[in-house]
Amino acid sequence: MNKNLYSLTAHELAVGLNKKEIKSEDIYSALDGRIKESDPKVNAYLRPSKGLSSGGDRITSGIPVAIKDNICTKGFHTQCCSKILEGFIPPYDATVIKRIKESGHSCLELKTNMDEFAFGSSTENSSQGPTHNPWDLNCVPGGSSGGSAAAVASDEAIWALGSDTGGSIRQPASFCGVVGLKPTYGRVSRFGLIAFASSLDQIGPITKDVYDNALLLNIISGYDPNDSTSINLPVPDYTRALGKDVKGLKVGVPKEYFIEGLDPEVKAAVEEAINTLRKMGVEFKEVSLRHTEYAVPVYYIIATAEASSNLARFDGVQYGFRSKDANLIDMYKKTRGEGFGEEAKRRIILGTFALSHGYYDAYYLRALKVRTLIKEDFDILFKELDCILTPTSPTAAFKIGEKVKDPLKMYLSDIYTISANLAGIPGISLPCGLTKNGLPIGLQILAPHFQEEKIFSLAYAYEQNTDWHKLKPKLT
Amino acid sequence: MIDKETVEYVANLARIELKKEEANMLSGQLGDILGFIDKLKEVNVDKVLPASHAITVSNVLRGDSPKGPLSAHSVLSNAPLKREKFFLVPKIIE
Repeated sequence: MNKNLYSLTAHELAVGLNKKEIKSEDIYSALDGRIKESDPKVNAYLRPSKGLSSGGDRITSGIPVAIKDNICTKGFHTQCCSKILEGFIPPYDATVIKRIKESGHSCLELKTNMDEFAFGSSTENSSQGPTHNPWDLNCVPGGSSGGSAAAVASDEAIWALGSDTGGSIRQPASFCGVVGLKPTYGRVSRFGLIAFASSLDQIGPITKDVYDNALLLNIISGYDPNDSTSINLPVPDYTRALGKDVKGLKVGVPKEYFIEGLDPEVKAAVEEAINTLRKMGVEFKEVSLRHTEYAVPVYYIIATAEASSNLARFDGVQYGFRSKDANLIDMYKKTRGEGFGEEAKRRIILGTFALSHGYYDAYYLRALKVRTLIKEDFDILFKELDCILTPTSPTAAFKIGEKVKDPLKMYLSDIYTISANLAGIPGISLPCGLTKNGLPIGLQILAPHFQEEKIFSLAYAYEQNTDWHKLKPKLT
Repeated sequence: MIDKETVEYVANLARIELKKEEANMLSGQLGDILGFIDKLKEVNVDKVLPASHAITVSNVLRGDSPKGPLSAHSVLSNAPLKREKFFLVPKIIE
């Protein structure tokens, strides 16, 4: 274990911990040094100047997990990178945090940067300033879990948790060259995840490789009576899916994902990945997901409608920021007008509009019906297929500032990831190439509900035959 | 395009105070976004049932038994204004 500990994976560190060659404190101090060195460039963490060693009663055990700022951590700041939750310190732990602690691991008290309330695809909508992509500091890391993905990519974290409502784990994983999984809806408890869109949100792991991803999913998965949408199904040991023979697996490639708008370099990298897997005996077939083009519009009605309802609780009464006014209603309005950022206001207002009298049937109800059709597209294909393979995002990371003025353009960068949330199916992104400018390209694998094992088998087989996951960014 | 009055009406429903320039900007942007969303009108949804969840779970019940609640102290620990065991808000009834 003479390598810098921060550059190792969790499964590599676990070997050292088990043999008592290293202690958890060693990992903490390695990360502390790394964060001090790199985070001034990357800005993956909030309040990094605090460092990791300031807390007197800090619990160091196992391998620390970096946590996105929308997951409640008892005693540590959690504010969804929003002014409206400034100063909020949760009095309880999210279920995923409890599970991490129970497994013998711990959480970093520094939270990772994100788009405010997870509203965004670039981590530019943060009250704490944007995160920079470790592969090119002028580019975005993706979003909304951009801080978690950038922290893992830059070795400022060993592994991390993000949340994914329309691609917020997979798209930043793709942009930062790491592995990110959105589990099946209901696989992981949402208790303690500050809600964006309750019918779409899932917490999931962002890691350096597929093995770590399976390990972290093992820890956080499972039924939770505190989340009435979590599903009571046994949790398999996901690491047992790694190394399984993929020969004969049937994988669909949807033609709707390979049309105009897909960057030729991304297309070439995904086709190359298909060739690699084909050589291992995976059987590919072109398929059709007919309603793909409607996924983004459906999403921006359903997600904003749910968000407008969920975010009603931020009114300046119980927690966070409060503006001054003598009158209660005006106090609410000023608090929300000053406390929410631009994108949050845009989405709350769009969602309120979609649910308002006279527009409900035309927008919200219609969107729910088209959601049914999108789900059915997958149901039909999965009768014959094990997995579906696509690019994660139509392009590699874009420049900071490039899309901020054009919300619609920004929304379209989630075009390949949103359907999985609408259908509730699991999906992973793993690195499958670099553009000529040296930016990572991501491969997405989707599977039927609760079949994360198929994803892990296929992703691991691909990873073991390629070296993309071993490349490290230069932080320039 | 949705006009500025509609934006202001909806912002009031959402209890958000908008500055003039915010309302102007949103009127244009929301118009663009809704124009894009109008694409959904192409889809024939007759006889299609709405999906409010990806995986439907129904009648999730639990025993009506008390659990240890958070203490009043910890519940109030984040309150912007409080007195004794209460959240303080501006006066509602004269």
